Amino acid sequence: MIRINCPYCGERDHSEFSYGGDATINYPSLDALEKEWTEAIFFRKNIKGFQFETWHHSNGCRMWLVVERSTVTHEIKSVKPCHPDLQKVVENNK
Amino acid sequence: MKTRRIDNYGKINRDKILSFSWDKKNYKGFEGDTLASALLANNIGIVGRSFKYHRPRGIFSSGVEESGALVTIGSKDRRDPNVRATTQELYNGLEASGQNAFPNVNFDLAGINNYLGRFFAAGFYYKTFMGIPPLEWGKGTAIWMFFEKFIRKAAGMGSASGLPDPDTYEHAHDFCDLIVVGSGPAGVAAAIEAAEKKLDVILVEQDSLIGGNQLAENDFDNSQIKNQLENLGIKIMTRTTAFGLYDNCVVGLLERVTDHISAPNVNIPRQRFWTIRAKHIIVGAGAIERHIAFNNNDIPGVMTVNASKHYLNRYGVLTGKRIVIATNNDSVYETAHQLSEAGANVTVLDSRTNFEIETNKSFEIRKGYVPYNINGSKKIHSLDISKSETINKSETIDCDQVLLSGGWSPAVHLLSHRGVKPKWDYNNACFLPSDTKENITMVGSSRGLWNKNDCIASGIAGTTDALNRLGISKTNYFFPKPGGWKNPIQPLYEVKYKKSRSKSFVDYQHDVTTDDVRLAHREGFISVEHLKRYTTLGMANDQGKMGNIIGLSLMAELLNKEIPEVGTTVFRPPYTPVSIGALSGRNVGKHFRPLRVTPMHQWNIDHGAKMIEVGLYQRPWYYPKKNETLSDSYIREASTVRKTVGICDITSLGKIAIQGPGSTEFLNRIYSNGFSKLQVGKARYGIMLRDDGIVMDDGTSWRLAENEYFMTTSTGEAAKVMSWLEELLQTRWTDLDVNVTSISEQWAGVSVAGPKSREVLNNCVDDSLVITNNKLPFMGVTSTFLKGNIPCRIARISFSGELAFEVYVKSDFANTMMDLLWENAKKYDGCLYGLEALGALRVEKGHVTAAELDGRVTIDDAGLSKMASTKKSYIGSAMRKRGVLKNNDREILVGFFPTNLKETFNAGTIVCEKNNIKGQGIGRITSVTYSPELGHWIGIGFVKGGLDKWKDTTLVGADPVRNKQMNLKVVSPHMIDPKGERMYA
Repeated sequence: MIRINCPYCGERDHSEFSYGGDATINYPSLDALEKEWTEAIFFRKNIKGFQFETWHHSNGCRMWLVVERSTVTHEIKSVKPCHPDLQKVVENNK
Repeated sequence: MKTRRIDNYGKINRDKILSFSWDKKNYKGFEGDTLASALLANNIGIVGRSFKYHRPRGIFSSGVEESGALVTIGSKDRRDPNVRATTQELYNGLEASGQNAFPNVNFDLAGINNYLGRFFAAGFYYKTFMGIPPLEWGKGTAIWMFFEKFIRKAAGMGSASGLPDPDTYEHAHDFCDLIVVGSGPAGVAAAIEAAEKKLDVILVEQDSLIGGNQLAENDFDNSQIKNQLENLGIKIMTRTTAFGLYDNCVVGLLERVTDHISAPNVNIPRQRFWTIRAKHIIVGAGAIERHIAFNNNDIPGVMTVNASKHYLNRYGVLTGKRIVIATNNDSVYETAHQLSEAGANVTVLDSRTNFEIETNKSFEIRKGYVPYNINGSKKIHSLDISKSETINKSETIDCDQVLLSGGWSPAVHLLSHRGVKPKWDYNNACFLPSDTKENITMVGSSRGLWNKNDCIASGIAGTTDALNRLGISKTNYFFPKPGGWKNPIQPLYEVKYKKSRSKSFVDYQHDVTTDDVRLAHREGFISVEHLKRYTTLGMANDQGKMGNIIGLSLMAELLNKEIPEVGTTVFRPPYTPVSIGALSGRNVGKHFRPLRVTPMHQWNIDHGAKMIEVGLYQRPWYYPKKNETLSDSYIREASTVRKTVGICDITSLGKIAIQGPGSTEFLNRIYSNGFSKLQVGKARYGIMLRDDGIVMDDGTSWRLAENEYFMTTSTGEAAKVMSWLEELLQTRWTDLDVNVTSISEQWAGVSVAGPKSREVLNNCVDDSLVITNNKLPFMGVTSTFLKGNIPCRIARISFSGELAFEVYVKSDFANTMMDLLWENAKKYDGCLYGLEALGALRVEKGHVTAAELDGRVTIDDAGLSKMASTKKSYIGSAMRKRGVLKNNDREILVGFFPTNLKETFNAGTIVCEKNNIKGQGIGRITSVTYSPELGHWIGIGFVKGGLDKWKDTTLVGADPVRNKQMNLKVVSPHMIDPKGERMYA
């Protein structure tokens, strides 16, 4: 069981969360060309080691999180809110 | 038959006599017995028949590694097969029976398999039943399937009851700083040290008593230890197995709560499945004694040396009178001494020639001797022994028991669950745990320590390691070196005697012999993973706890390699079997998944609704009158809606409040159609696409105020849409000032549909002027009051194609709303209608639902191209134009009529061209209904090229599952009122 330290709720089982996907994608603007969207949607790196990924605390505070997790050991290095304003709040409350 | 129980031995309570039955005969045992010790005490030697050969099998061990004494406990719906008699505590009235035998384990007809053994070698099933090439080339599967049922019956162990499980099981959770697995000297030392350093400790023991292997000592008393642990506030969990280690120090435990009680309280679960979240794990799981492979090493009466010590000192059972102990290490001598003191005639065969051991000479030691064959079939008559250098027929010893010790294997299983490979230790002839970065520390004999003081020291060192890793201390520590015997062990896995065809077993439980391992080698299955699967070595429910190392050593010898080069298989959870009941806990029957009901659920039932599951929701399916069938009922309901008025519970639709200054811009980006010009007081149907241009969901959004919308989604996609909106706002469009809130549970909704719906509502609202055609035109929205001052939201939205309103009130008012609407609908001969009629009405209109929007369909495929704005960009707008979604031969939404209007068809029918009925055809029918309006069956679905291509061609509907075929006419999906005049009325 992966344990994820939600910045709002604290450390919880991964079964409270839903996996999102690659957190490093910069989605193109809505009027971008098909080629850019194809790149963003279909081309993924298959990382061995730490990667940034999004998780949704769907059975908790419903915050979307960026989780830095090792695909080999499940070790989690960092967890922070996706939203920059929420990131600031978490930083200020540390 | 004489009892084997002896006086002044054991820790059983001789004042408490328990009666139990074995194969329908009654016997007596004592409180504190296991079933195995009670059977041994009653001189019952044969307790099972082996897996393939049906050879008589006895009790090999005294613990979880047991591979012979698998029995069935209980009867009827409480029959529990494959229970290890060695771990089953005795209780009054326990019913046990042998398994895998007919008529019984003493006399088993299938015992003939033993003499057909040469046909049953490894791979026998595949070779024999997979077809004989070349005659049956390619037909192997059919032949296998024919024979399989006979094979499954012949091979295998106990059988399940086949009845519903009457017991309850429970899931439980706990947290701690440190969990210690095993209550031997190492585990106890670790737990005490940790509790004294103020850690919150849980100590887990699979046995009913704490002590570990010390329970086999004649002078061991655990009461003082127990007091000390309790006084320190340590949570002690006995009868609890740590069956698996998982990520982030999560431990799975199985607690057997009532398996040892004859008439358990019905309010107590039979077993508890614990999930423990710890900060550190210390494993002191002990070590398991191995046997030695030689001819007939499975005859009842063969046992490990340590097991015999347990039976003597814990249960007061002397397992043999004339005992031969065969060993290669020092661990047996104390037992030999105690057995001879208890009255047995003991001979020790030690394969080593050069070693010193202190004894009181009460038993004979034959240095340099090994056993090579047991004589006897249902019990041991004598043992052939030989000098260990060359095995020659030399000498036979009369005996009734043979005890084996081929060395000890540390229980590294739990660490192996974490993917940590053990390393081979040549000095101790065993695998030792490797180090891991995770917060797991191995202590005691599970790290290869053979004497008690070393184990205690390792426990304390283990806790120091834990404290260091948790950042509580920074103290130096060291673990004692593995080993601890005076004389080194001499590796001895097999005694090979070539002049006999008798079987020599590696894995007792799966009947894997040394010859099977050699056969696997000859046939090329030399990797351990292949060896395991080909011979099934270690795949029985003991998971090879005793036999694996012997199998590995044989393969190593055949390959001329060392054991570590051959490798070891990975142990996976569970360490010992976990019942399915415990895994499912309380999530059975009605609780298998969450049940969602609408606030008017009971109202619907009270008014005659038959319910149907839609996702997790219970929704009204149809409201039969008297003897109406489903089809009578829905046809009447749908006709009534078209003629007068109907009321339908639509609360299960997803509802989302969208608020904030960015709301309009937000909706404009997520819907494919424009929302920027939607006025306050109006609603709009909208379609959401995914990033890749495929349709995600459809629904409506109502503009309640400048910056506030009320969104509805389909029932099935509600949760997904909510997460999606949150994702967009929290990850992509973080500058957009919008808040989304799920309000699905807060609002109850109904659809009031039909030509008389406005009349009905007129009688229900406070002010009927707000719902006139002028004030509330098609897609108009108003926030007003129902009679009785009930605030409500009404929108003129139609799914049925009739004049229709959706009315929402706060969930608390749901029943009041239903009473009010129904009372007035009755005045117009209205009806309540369910999902089936709703489906009929929407199919007539060609409206798509989840059956059509299945994640493969584009907005154009669904015939909704006009819903795709060309004036703006939105999610999916670039990708919906990609090549593959623009092919000419994509399947497009159409309507279907049977050519012969008297015929029916089903959803799932494959649409084909005439004379080309095969494969996936050229389309499919997704939804069907009888149309009350048209008077025959109609369907909607998809066909390549759409209406334009096929409107004049007769196609064929193939339904191979129901063995049906019919001719089809392709029509427009808008089968009724295509211009929508009724909706605008």
